[in-house]
Amino acid sequence: MEPILAPESIDLIALAPVIVLSVFAMMVLVLDLWGGRNKTLLVFISLVGLLMTAISAFAKHPLPAYSFNDSYIVDHLSLFFICIFTLSSALTILLSVEYNEREDIRAGEYYALILFCTVGMILLASSTDMIMIFLGIEIVSICLYVLTGIRRNDHRSNEAALKYFLLGAFATGFLLYGMTLVYGSTGSTNLFKIAEFIQNPSAQSNPLLLMGLVLLIIGLGFKVASAPFHMWAPDVYQGAPTPVTAFMAVGPKAAAFAAFFRVFAEAFPEMSPSWETLLSIIAVLSMFVGNLGAIMQTNIKRMLAFSSISHAGYILIAIIAKSSLGSSALLFYMLSYTFMTFGAFGIVIILGRKGEENLEIENYSGLAYKHPIIALSMTIFLLSLGGLPPFAGFVAKFYIFSAAIQEGLLTLVIIAVLNSAISFYYYLKVVVFMYMKESEAEFKISLTPMTLFVILIGVIGTINLGIFPNTIIALASH
Amino acid sequence: MLEDSVPLSHYLMLSATLFVIGIVGVLIRRNVIVVFMSIEIMLNAVNISLIAFDNYMNLSNGQIFSFMVICVAAAEVSVGLAIIIAVHRNKPTVNLDEFNLLKW
Repeated sequence: MEPILAPESIDLIALAPVIVLSVFAMMVLVLDLWGGRNKTLLVFISLVGLLMTAISAFAKHPLPAYSFNDSYIVDHLSLFFICIFTLSSALTILLSVEYNEREDIRAGEYYALILFCTVGMILLASSTDMIMIFLGIEIVSICLYVLTGIRRNDHRSNEAALKYFLLGAFATGFLLYGMTLVYGSTGSTNLFKIAEFIQNPSAQSNPLLLMGLVLLIIGLGFKVASAPFHMWAPDVYQGAPTPVTAFMAVGPKAAAFAAFFRVFAEAFPEMSPSWETLLSIIAVLSMFVGNLGAIMQTNIKRMLAFSSISHAGYILIAIIAKSSLGSSALLFYMLSYTFMTFGAFGIVIILGRKGEENLEIENYSGLAYKHPIIALSMTIFLLSLGGLPPFAGFVAKFYIFSAAIQEGLLTLVIIAVLNSAISFYYYLKVVVFMYMKESEAEFKISLTPMTLFVILIGVIGTINLGIFPNTIIALASH
Repeated sequence: MLEDSVPLSHYLMLSATLFVIGIVGVLIRRNVIVVFMSIEIMLNAVNISLIAFDNYMNLSNGQIFSFMVICVAAAEVSVGLAIIIAVHRNKPTVNLDEFNLLKW
């Protein structure tokens, strides 16, 4: 019997970002033994590790390169995603420092878990084999279950972790069964081989394969928090520590979208009529559920959770328009979404108080009179999330819609534009509270250089991508 | 060979039945541990069909896949039970309906 994995098919240089980040994550775990209560060293090492990861991702030339029998790929898509992941994890860590101090989270493994989660995200965005996709998703999910429940003595954090864990494992079951049925009907777990097999029209109508596709959509749809598989998102986003919420809304979500794109645009392009309809329904549902749900929220974290459900709907349109324009629109959207979301959550953290208090939208009334600059940056982030020019959110949405129109998805675009209009209602509600209401209580602002730095990056990124999008678009459309 | 005696469809039926039992268990039971057990049944149902496909088609990917599933399930159990214990310390109940702090 010949060996399944020949030694020469393992290319460790291609795998460099995963290896580098895993080493740094383990280093953080070990050094936690000596640091005592001061975690500054761990923060520093985590940030250096993320920087090294981003650099080492570019070690491989020429692209695309493959490793582990074509189950791991390095291409422009995965490189761009790795940059988004390292950026979002670095911003999370910067936001966490002050928050963890305030909420008394003394666990050093917090930083290690974020790094391990990033490893899973990189694997997920670079895998071209269903086994690897499964592994990536599980690495990400298991780290997130722990991070959600890291405030062990808080009832809400506990409850969020429990709900997330049970529903996440449930969705994993669906995802796995879908993968199994696809494997059984095509005879391979490799996405390229599946694509090859499916070119035969008689293979496409196999009921097992269709069933498998539906289950895959359910499983992945859960991981990206799209309606009707979104039930967990508002609860988990509210109960998790705020930096972790920001992280969940960006990094793991982007990773799941990368997997979504790889599976459907690379393995099943031949069967697009059968999954396009289903994904369109999910996209439309996500937009409506997200936007209408957000209108009714009084808690800002819950509102942002619903808003992220609706953004999942917009991003799904980019996947349905599976052209190269669609993939670059996906990348651009994810990057601008990173800046806006981290900025908004950064301000939520600044205004929050010990014990996850002061998170109601009413608590923001009169902010503009006391702290005009903070109110102005929050306004920028919210308007950008809504998609107002000249901010990044506008260009990102415009880009997705033009990709969709090129593919002839006019109805979807009309619904999406309509939804953007609805979304302004609740984004502007916060702005109205900040600028037009009298303040009820004193604001206790806890500004540290690190949080300020994150918000500054958010503002600069949001405005810069909105006014000068060309460089990033050129990078994204390789 | 296995496929001479028992056809593939029997294995798939068994796996599908177990999977549905798992789903129903998650949906109707209110005990955290039982829900968790039902999820494990779902994962093992997947393993059965993976191995059956492999044996039927003379491939090896599915066997590796099922090992991965077992490993990941073990990791998930350890994290899951830890979460359940942490929850139980703060609120001594295993009834899912009593976790209702977060809702609109």
